[in-house]
Amino acid sequence: MSSYEYHHYPYSRPSELDGKATRRPVVIVGAGMAGPTLALELAARGVPTVVLDEDDTVSVGSRSICQAKHSLEVWDRFGISQRMVEKGITWEQGEVYLRDRPVWRFNLQPEPGHKFPAFVNLQQYYVEEFLYERCLAEPAIEMRFRNRVVGVTPQPGHVAVEVETPDGRYTLEAQWLVACDGVRSPVRHMLGLPFEGETFHDQFLIADIRLLDELPKERRFWFYPPFHPTNSVLLHRQADNVLRVDFQLGRDADAEEERKTENIDRRLRLLFGPEARWEHEWNSVYTFACRMMQRFVHGRVIFAGDAAHVVSPFGARGGNGAIADVDNLAWKLALVVAGEAPEALLDSYCSERRMAARENILNSTRSTDFITPKFPASRAFRDATLTLAPDFPFARALINSGRLSVPTVQPDSPLDTPDRDSDWIGGPGPGRAMVDAPVGNGWLIDRLGRDFSLLTFGKDDVGLVPPGATAVAIAGNGLAWQRYDSRPGTTYLIRPDRYVAARWRTYDPAVVRLALDRAQGRDLGRSHR
Amino acid sequence: MTALRRTLNLARPDDVYNAIVDAHKGLTDEQCRDFDARLILLLANHIGDEAVIREALKEAAAR
Repeated sequence: MSSYEYHHYPYSRPSELDGKATRRPVVIVGAGMAGPTLALELAARGVPTVVLDEDDTVSVGSRSICQAKHSLEVWDRFGISQRMVEKGITWEQGEVYLRDRPVWRFNLQPEPGHKFPAFVNLQQYYVEEFLYERCLAEPAIEMRFRNRVVGVTPQPGHVAVEVETPDGRYTLEAQWLVACDGVRSPVRHMLGLPFEGETFHDQFLIADIRLLDELPKERRFWFYPPFHPTNSVLLHRQADNVLRVDFQLGRDADAEEERKTENIDRRLRLLFGPEARWEHEWNSVYTFACRMMQRFVHGRVIFAGDAAHVVSPFGARGGNGAIADVDNLAWKLALVVAGEAPEALLDSYCSERRMAARENILNSTRSTDFITPKFPASRAFRDATLTLAPDFPFARALINSGRLSVPTVQPDSPLDTPDRDSDWIGGPGPGRAMVDAPVGNGWLIDRLGRDFSLLTFGKDDVGLVPPGATAVAIAGNGLAWQRYDSRPGTTYLIRPDRYVAARWRTYDPAVVRLALDRAQGRDLGRSHR
Repeated sequence: MTALRRTLNLARPDDVYNAIVDAHKGLTDEQCRDFDARLILLLANHIGDEAVIREALKEAAAR
């Protein structure tokens, strides 16, 4: 039914089956979007990995389709984002309708001057395909398809991972095990760790179709449209002329019945009219939950992405949140594996990304409550907002059909150095993501180093740069100056995950060195794991 | 921070009170709820002070 041709990646007999048990610095469970991204980030820092996946192909179904700017900025380091932009659909505009009337039109990236757009819609299977291709070309990454994890046993100094293959079982010793194995995380279950939160009961039908006519490019969201008057509908375009149609079905819908082709066709016919023609790609009836683990680091087992926290799909915070997780984790894990930072640095992965997960869950729960009100008064306020929106701009801002993923704020991290100068009126402060800007003939994100970057404004020669940081001097007086609230001498210390660790009005190498030590967890002392 | 006003702030209190009540005349319970929701959102945005709104929510809920 799908127009995407699923490639089967080769399985080869692991050497451990022939008695060559080896200890690996990092073993990753799950080859979704997060696992391979982490493997590439670690490989770039000289840490070899083994990636275990239970099957031998990419995501079945389009699943996570909205790839956010910050994820594209991560994947750009591996040279695959341009390909995603070319293959996918760039969209920045969205429209919200009440019944048959447009009530709000939004632009997610109203200002120019960024290398990547706010969002590119691209099916998860393409993202994974591009990632796998890069991983398979990387000698430091071993992709092991049809390798299912069946046992996880923490040991002193390592984790014993029992793996099942078509040729039998073997044990792998992992110094660190990273579970990127999805919302049903087998690793989490094997360790008996709780995954608590709120379950929502509304059912939604996803119908991915290829519409054989002109396609709308922007996101469209309807409340009570004439073609589905009791609920909401979301329309979103993807690559290959595929359109995602997401119908809210309510609590009492019969999922089996709804998934029948003739019933989906009946709904689509009402939406697209008597002339439209389409072909089916994929469909799914889903409900969702917002859940989070209490800790993302358990001894030498680390959880990332949906395995650690899961949100509703409104806002595109699942896949993009997972990429932000591994971007936060990779450089820390590389430092710890190399013995250059204490293990306690990994606790900051947990605290920073739990804060991010809470923010994502809060946002997506609010969107969910707006789209599927849980009690009559909640529905009354939702409808009041929509009714007022055409005439009152303030009400448009309250329409919450998904607050789309932007980098979360991670305030008060033990790794960051708070502002000392009191005259900041803008720019990203500590705990906030850096922002891109045009610099010379290129982009700021392309000038940054793989590790820490020291951004200096109006200083051609910064002189002494502490080891571990790359100096990036910004001349002229362009957009970057505005975006960083800069004056001559302004200096930013940017972490490898492109969050701001510290900033100053003047450059003082000794102060920078202290901030750099702190950002690498050297203040945290040795932990006793 | 402005506190929620507890003393009279209307020049013609009876007129305003009756205007609010009269606006609900003839509405079903459900229509009243929808009307009130619109009214509350309009007024909340006009007040614009989150602390005042939160205090009003608290005082309204306490009784």
